[in-house]
Amino acid sequence: MERAGIVGVGQTVYERRKEDTFAELVFEASTKALADAGVGIEAIDNIITVSNDFWDGRTISSMAIQDAAGSWDRDISTVEGDGIFGALYGMMRTLSGSFDTTLVVAHVKGSEGNMNMITNSMFDPIYQRHLGPDATSTAALQARVYMEKTGATEKDFAKVSVKNHGNGVKNPFAQIKKKITIKDVMESRKIADPLKLYDCSPISDGAAAIILSTEKGLKRFKKDPVWILGVGHCSDSYNLGYRDLAWPRALDAAAQKAYKMAGIKNPLKDLDVVELYDAYSYMELLWYEGLGLAPRGKGAELIRSGATGMKGELPVNPSGGVLSAHPVLVAGLARLIEATLQVRGEAGTRQIKGAKKALAHGINGPCGQAHGVFVIGA
Amino acid sequence: MGKKVAVVGFGQTKGRSARKDVNGVELINEAVVAALADAELTIKDIDAVVIGNMDHFEGVNYVDSWSVEGSGGVMKPIFKVTTGGTTGTTVAMSAYYHVASGMFDKVLAIGWEKNSESDTTGAIITAFDPVWERPNLGGAIAGLALEASKYMSTYGITERDGARVAVRERLHALNNPFAHLHQEWMKGIPVDQLVELLVTSKENVMLAYPLRMSDMCPRTDAAAAAIFASEDVAEKMAAVPAWVASTTNRHNFALAGDVDMDRNTTMASAAKRAFEKAGIKEPLKEIGVCELYLPYSYAGLKWMEDYGFCAYGEGPKLVWDKVTDMDGELPVNPSGGVMSSNPIGATGLIRVGEAALQIMRKAGTRQVQKDVNFAFITGFGGCYWADVMVLGKKKPS
Amino acid sequence: MDVQNIYYDGRIKIPYTWYVGETGSRFLIALRDNKEIWGNQCPQCKKVFVPPMKTCGECFVPTGEWLKLADTGTVESFTVVHYENGVAKRPLPVIYGLIKIDGASGSLLHFIGDVKPEKVKIGMRVKAVFAEKRGGTILDISHFAPVKG
Repeated sequence: MERAGIVGVGQTVYERRKEDTFAELVFEASTKALADAGVGIEAIDNIITVSNDFWDGRTISSMAIQDAAGSWDRDISTVEGDGIFGALYGMMRTLSGSFDTTLVVAHVKGSEGNMNMITNSMFDPIYQRHLGPDATSTAALQARVYMEKTGATEKDFAKVSVKNHGNGVKNPFAQIKKKITIKDVMESRKIADPLKLYDCSPISDGAAAIILSTEKGLKRFKKDPVWILGVGHCSDSYNLGYRDLAWPRALDAAAQKAYKMAGIKNPLKDLDVVELYDAYSYMELLWYEGLGLAPRGKGAELIRSGATGMKGELPVNPSGGVLSAHPVLVAGLARLIEATLQVRGEAGTRQIKGAKKALAHGINGPCGQAHGVFVIGA
Repeated sequence: MGKKVAVVGFGQTKGRSARKDVNGVELINEAVVAALADAELTIKDIDAVVIGNMDHFEGVNYVDSWSVEGSGGVMKPIFKVTTGGTTGTTVAMSAYYHVASGMFDKVLAIGWEKNSESDTTGAIITAFDPVWERPNLGGAIAGLALEASKYMSTYGITERDGARVAVRERLHALNNPFAHLHQEWMKGIPVDQLVELLVTSKENVMLAYPLRMSDMCPRTDAAAAAIFASEDVAEKMAAVPAWVASTTNRHNFALAGDVDMDRNTTMASAAKRAFEKAGIKEPLKEIGVCELYLPYSYAGLKWMEDYGFCAYGEGPKLVWDKVTDMDGELPVNPSGGVMSSNPIGATGLIRVGEAALQIMRKAGTRQVQKDVNFAFITGFGGCYWADVMVLGKKKPS
Repeated sequence: MDVQNIYYDGRIKIPYTWYVGETGSRFLIALRDNKEIWGNQCPQCKKVFVPPMKTCGECFVPTGEWLKLADTGTVESFTVVHYENGVAKRPLPVIYGLIKIDGASGSLLHFIGDVKPEKVKIGMRVKAVFAEKRGGTILDISHFAPVKG
């Protein structure tokens, strides 16, 4: 099979409230990615946008940002879900033989909608929705199951928050740049037991874009590509009460597929950096297990060991992760961008020395139902 | 280079005003089970799933996640694509690219809608820009009426010309057991008389000049599913696979006020590109059947000109000369088309599936008699989003 | 130039009519008319679903037999929610539980009530408290309360 590489990346700074419209954010991210790749829009054969009608507050939300993404007289389509799935579809189109280059761009203005009501609408309208569950209250149910089944504690969750917020301080794109302590997390406002304020990601505005190319398309660009070495995506079942909330088997399946493609046998050793979707602190521990970085039920031991810190064996979320900025729909693409910057050696003061292989991860649906995984390398 | 891809199976539910006996997930399941049966596969054979609908028609966020128990997506790669009215063709195109990339061999494409569950026009109004257009421009009907009256005035088109398209679509639907509208009363009445009835009847309410009730598509509950397979397996799975000869799309406008009302430029550009890619030089001669997303009658005149089937202003002649009837040179919408069934997120995928059935010669009572080498498919949606696909009987070289 | 940023407030208000389907209707009618909790079973993996499923997502076959279950169950997980989200029509704090009805293979998402938040534990036995006015919705069970004694 032919290879696809990442030849350009661009993102806005993530903030609690941006004054630009979301189309303007899409234009900013797209033009930054084009500038990073050293090309104009004429180098782009087709475009994938990521939109969601609930977050944008309009039907056919995809039609509102097409011009801002450079769609004029080009093939274009829209994925509704996390940006990592947009990148996956972009990769498929890049390898299809129809196009050599693809621009993938995602946006959200969390500030313009109501997060609780929007995520409440993920739940089944007949049996669940009018009980009022949302992303946070159901995440709390998952965190509790995980604690019960593995012995992980609220303090373990706090360690994730402390680590990622510590990393975020050095990331100019992060929304929350704040060094915090375990005590700060433990004493922060109760949101939904066992989750406290600092266990939860913020509401954010922002956009992100990447440019993908086949080998044949490379001559249009100035930078060396970061190659996509392996990908996988998979969904678990929907009904929370019938899903093992403490074992992300869909992530396991997605990761194993990506590892097989990328020739990775021991991810903890073979990967140099991981960017995963920590919408809530506890999720990072669950995703450690799903990604095979820790044995089943032992996610907490990995954070306790310090292995995933900036100086550890496998730094996780040097960007500060989703806890430091959570532009929904964008966040998975932002993980892929950070992974790309790390492999390029362009991650500034948060650079992991000598990073050659990186993993990026995104999620869809309640409590991380579906997962997308990219393994990339120089 | 990418893999060649074919449609090898298709399933759909019968269109109805309201499927009260099933919820959305259960409706999706009916189409998936039918498509698997058609291709003689089980869900275990499917490598990936792609699904689409329009969020605000059912009010369910992350439909791909919500529906996995019905779609067969449990422990499979799945995501959602959605582009408004074009969603169904967009899903088909996504399944095509899944397979063409070489990453998956057998991909299930699902489109569905339960339009009975919301206020369709209420939801469509929210497609317009909340600051600039939502307060002063309403829904799909008024926008299409603007296009129709402009076309009528430029080319001297009459209401009878529009009604002739409506009559064709409704007569064809009588042959399609899956169509939503079966206007049995039309049976046996000469076409001229039916046209006369439609433009003079008081019961046929004028919605927005020149569009009457009969010029529009219905609101439908239905689901459809198609299976796309790679060249490595397609010939083992179907006696006559329907090969994707080309597919492309255009979408140039973000604001309704920017749309070029003279011609359907996005459709014209996409069709031209798709014909080039498929090696089609004379569309009218080389294409054997069309399944077109014609949401209202006048589209069956004006857009035929934009696809390149005839010169500007000659759409009515093509239709009155019976070229687009079942036994004409270019049968259009043997299924009865969108004007006979419009479960929006499924509508485009039904066009693809119906065209595939024509190539496979599995279309039963709505099978066109002539041999079909190429079938032309379109999807149409918000702000003149244009998806097109050409299916062929021969494996593309 | 310093430009005032103008905001435009809006709200998407679309009425919905969600059809429950025959399978779910049977479940809700039993709740409404008889205060009974019924589940149905996958003939292949034998899982019992509450709420019922028309098909088993894992086995991808239609479900079969209906079973009348108890109105008691066990708390598999819970959370005490301290914020208003505009949807849950209950006074704060709201307690959500994943409740495994006796005889079911998985849990039902519902409220836990008649108990102090700090007393809720995983493994706690609970019983359905039915609403006095029942209209054929999941809220015909008002909440689950601890089993006394």
